[in-house]
Amino acid sequence: MERWQDDIFQAMLEARIEQVGYVPDAGHKAVIRACEADPGIEATVLTTEEEGIPLLVGAYLGGQRGVLLMQSSGVGNCINLLGLPQLMGVPLPMLVTMRGEWAEFNGWQVPMGQATRPVLEAMGVIVYRADRADEVGEIVQGAFEQAFNAECAVAVLLGQKLIGRKRW
Amino acid sequence: MSGMDRREAVEVLLANRRDLVVVTGLGSPAYDAFAAGDHDRNLYLWGAMGGAIPLGLGLALARRDVPVLVLTGDGEALMGLGALATAGAKRPANLTIAVLDNGHYGETGMQASHTAMGADLAGVAKAVGFAWTETVSALAGIEAVRPHLEARQGLGFLRLVVAAGEPPRALPPRDGHRLKHRLRVALGQDAT
Repeated sequence: MERWQDDIFQAMLEARIEQVGYVPDAGHKAVIRACEADPGIEATVLTTEEEGIPLLVGAYLGGQRGVLLMQSSGVGNCINLLGLPQLMGVPLPMLVTMRGEWAEFNGWQVPMGQATRPVLEAMGVIVYRADRADEVGEIVQGAFEQAFNAECAVAVLLGQKLIGRKRW
Repeated sequence: MSGMDRREAVEVLLANRRDLVVVTGLGSPAYDAFAAGDHDRNLYLWGAMGGAIPLGLGLALARRDVPVLVLTGDGEALMGLGALATAGAKRPANLTIAVLDNGHYGETGMQASHTAMGADLAGVAKAVGFAWTETVSALAGIEAVRPHLEARQGLGFLRLVVAAGEPPRALPPRDGHRLKHRLRVALGQDAT
């Protein structure tokens, strides 16, 4: 596990996260594995990212805190459902690994990658971004604090430069 | 598609409920649940189409001690069909999905849905790992299956075959924050 990935997982433990919804992504691989291995975390693999939003709303209604892990392409799948946390005042932290930007090889990733931030902001989600390994922990920690204390949807975009070039 | 009166079906389904939490999909299922009697353990969705099943799943996983019923329609269930597979993968024993299947989109002008064209939602549920599935088209059948809802003995799918009528609207509360607080308090959580 990279240091910044461990920082994410530690921030999840500190925030007392008990449910994680995810659609797999290489950038989240280590965190997903850590969540799956932790008996205190219920990790749910989703068929599409939009399931994760009501999943975590349900978790919160039942008294548990959750985090949604996805790739930037998944943000497009979530648009309509992103209204739900706003309408109910439910915390929704999302960690989004970016594609379609710095050093991207696959042009098919570019349209949604470039639209990720405006789409989130259009749906009322507060967006932060991390591009350096040494800033990830603090940004994610603060995003969790804001989501859970102010009861709102907060996304952290994990830049492609941070994750590294995909080898083809 | 002939079938039961949906209001009667939901009234019988929810009669004598004890600890049951009821999450409704938007539109007619929300009206039906409200018409059967408002309850602190009811959560009505007014949007988020396709989200009722995963919402019930997240709640059921968070509170294994509480029986959870998702009450939705065929159109809403079809929009989130993948969520049946997600529920089937997690298999919480305290979750039941009940679909009021009239084969139509009632809220938008009674256009036929996929279930009127052969899609078998109970068959899908069975195929993705639900512990039990039932199709019921008479009120007596609902009474027989009702104890399963609070038993917490296996992930269940209940298809209720209802007629494509439009009963008078019964409009539940729409304030999402209020519904959140109400349910959290009913489940012993803090209000916020």
